[in-house]
Amino acid sequence: MAVALVALVPVAYLLLRTGEAGAERVVEIVWRERTAALVLRSLALTISVTVLCVVVGVASASILTRTDLPGRRFWTLVATMPLAVPSYVAAYAWVSTFGGAITGYGGSVLVLTACTYPLVMLPTMAALRRTDPALEEVARAHGRSALGTFCTVTLRQARPAIAAGSLLVALYTLSDFGAVSILRYDVFTRVIYTSYRAAFDRTPAAVLALLLVVITVAITVAEARSRGRAEQAKVGSGVSRPPMRAALGPRRQVLATLYLAVVAVVALGFPVVSLGFWLLQGRSAGTGLDRLAGAATSTLGVSALAAVVAVVMALPVGILAARHRTRLVRLTEHASYAGHALPGIVVALAMVFFGVRVAPAIYQQVPLLVLTYAILFLPAAVGVVRASVALSSPQGEEIARSLGHTSWGVLRRVTVPLAAPGIGAGAALVMLTCMKELPATLLLRPTGMDTLATRLWTHTSVDEYAAAAPYAATLVLLAVVPTLLMSREHLTRPTTISLEPS
Amino acid sequence: MTLRRTLGALAAVATLTTLAACGTDDAPSSTDAGTAAADAATDEDATLLIYSGRSEDLVGPLLADLEAAVGVPVEIRYADSAELAAQLAEEGDRSPADVFFSQDAGALGALAKADMLADLPEDVTAEVPEELRDASGSWVATSARARVLVYNDEQAPEVTGFDSVDDLLDESYAGKIGYAPTNASWQSFVTALRVMRGEDGAEQWLTQFAALDPVAYEKNGAVLQAVNDGEVAVGLINHYYWFPLAAELGEENMAAQIHFLDADDPGALINVAGAGVLATSDQPDAAQAAVSYLLSQDAQQYFADETAELPVVGGVTSSVYDVGSLDEMTGARLDLNDLDSLPETQALLEQVGLL
Repeated sequence: MAVALVALVPVAYLLLRTGEAGAERVVEIVWRERTAALVLRSLALTISVTVLCVVVGVASASILTRTDLPGRRFWTLVATMPLAVPSYVAAYAWVSTFGGAITGYGGSVLVLTACTYPLVMLPTMAALRRTDPALEEVARAHGRSALGTFCTVTLRQARPAIAAGSLLVALYTLSDFGAVSILRYDVFTRVIYTSYRAAFDRTPAAVLALLLVVITVAITVAEARSRGRAEQAKVGSGVSRPPMRAALGPRRQVLATLYLAVVAVVALGFPVVSLGFWLLQGRSAGTGLDRLAGAATSTLGVSALAAVVAVVMALPVGILAARHRTRLVRLTEHASYAGHALPGIVVALAMVFFGVRVAPAIYQQVPLLVLTYAILFLPAAVGVVRASVALSSPQGEEIARSLGHTSWGVLRRVTVPLAAPGIGAGAALVMLTCMKELPATLLLRPTGMDTLATRLWTHTSVDEYAAAAPYAATLVLLAVVPTLLMSREHLTRPTTISLEPS
Repeated sequence: MTLRRTLGALAAVATLTTLAACGTDDAPSSTDAGTAAADAATDEDATLLIYSGRSEDLVGPLLADLEAAVGVPVEIRYADSAELAAQLAEEGDRSPADVFFSQDAGALGALAKADMLADLPEDVTAEVPEELRDASGSWVATSARARVLVYNDEQAPEVTGFDSVDDLLDESYAGKIGYAPTNASWQSFVTALRVMRGEDGAEQWLTQFAALDPVAYEKNGAVLQAVNDGEVAVGLINHYYWFPLAAELGEENMAAQIHFLDADDPGALINVAGAGVLATSDQPDAAQAAVSYLLSQDAQQYFADETAELPVVGGVTSSVYDVGSLDEMTGARLDLNDLDSLPETQALLEQVGLL
């Protein structure tokens, strides 16, 4: 409940602002012809990007977790790193190379897919590592082919994770402004930004942002329905073994590697190479480098803090959402998604409004910035935690309780360890997305604190691309940190659970 | 053990925050503004806080010198002008900021309209021409820039002969003009068009312009880049964008060149960056001293030499760039106070399909 209320701060702010406008004004803003057209364009973009991300993300996740492809650790790293490439940097890289040819709908789909497919891939990988091989063996024993088993049995088990990831992609696309504005594809967020930037009027922005919340709720409800009531938990007793890996023949290994390489080139290689070109072309190269180390340190620091806070906030919501689907829990879960669908500037202004009034002592200090990050990216953690918890049977918890464990004990010794891969993935997702966050960072960071994203913005806003390049490159390199942490989590995951009361 | 503790602590934090949030919903404005500001800055009492919408790369060195001139420690928060204006509006009377240094007049005008800016004393603003300050004295221009045409010297060398934005309205430029529809200075230009030619005249120009399918870019810098890359032949931007790009790529490598239109053409409108003192500032004297410093000879010379802008105080000319001076551009020096009809401008732009 508390988590929901915190997550709803931005919505409360929007209601307050919209309330000031008066019904007539609200109707006038919403019923403009252009609003409807832009909503449709936004939805079209969102659907295309989400579908493509599911295809790319699930394919990559399957190859990386369920085959014996050599160099899986390496490819996992490479496939995760695009998440650290800010969408506006990727967009700029494509536009500066291909000019007008890449702009518009096609370019936006390409760039946003390249930047967000890891949002589907990571939760899917976490789920595929946790599925029970026994089910697959049953299917194989009944004569299903390996591929057939994978598609009908394995992916079915990973469905909540895939749905959670797609939801993140959809919300990210809906709220993105940086990439679409550079790629010149006119969508809904643009009206919101225009309202702030050109008219200095917060009312239309608030009304339209609220409309975005309504759309988001519709999408999250649809996602929840798609999850259905199917139980994904392991049946029967005993401990799961590590999942089976398909042995690829040499030809398939080449094909799989080729596929991963193409994705990596498009999503990571291309932006990174253009960074190199910025360095070679520009004369501002090397200026402002003295602040790189400081910016990198604070970026890692606040992002890691935000990841911890978001995961801890997500645990109760995610666990309840997986175990007890009461109306209140569902409401809380949907509420937690509000922050993610709103453009960063809207959430930032909401936190300015509440921060300066409620908590002036931490206004423009690290704690408020971290809390804002947590609200913005809470859904990344909630979705993954919920999907992971859903994979373990509630029977384990019942047994633990019957053995005399308290609720906390059950949580600590059974639920959380079982969901560990998902929790790790959630933390990494939050950390990666925090690292590149800009609008909220600019308004809420402590005075004088740099992050890599703010330095990148400082230089690109005056067209000093060569000076900006090292910051963008560092951002991508640092993405290795949460990714490695996450894969270590998988390696050290306990395979047995001790049930004796301590 | 650790997990339990963390969970407990976090639950506590979350609950506290929530309780606090509920508490304020009831009475957002009942608390004394002064106490809140003091709470926020107990140990920063002597610090002057500047919200700067101008980029650190452009004005950082200048603001570093400002500290010595003002005599108190200075802290600066950089972000986009419009976002900062929105932030100041949300902070309301609890804003910790003392000075707002804005990239454009619109953001300052919006704050002045909300009564958030204190009147500047006449002796601070005296040297700036009246049409470059707010009529009620709540903010003042600190530097100026002219709207110009930027052209690709291979694709459209004839632009050097242009006198007016009307020369652009030719079929041969269909699909070859770049502009930044959401940019504040483009919209100021359209406002100038309305003020100088009337609503019908402006609508006529914009309709013809829209018929040429101009290419919309995110910002002025992107328009300039597109002209330089030959993606479009001509663009409408502010003059001073050209200089940093020329410095970045080397002047000899620039395919894009800028052309100043006739001084009395709306396409040669003068826009400004400016500054104001927040009405809630707890350091009004230091804040005024900061604005004074931005209008000093040193600062004006800095704008002329480093950012290639036009000084707003007489007698200062750039020793680096050949950009002319404000005195030569008398014609389009519309009174900035006449340019505050932004909603009408945006309505017109929407009507002709350019926004």
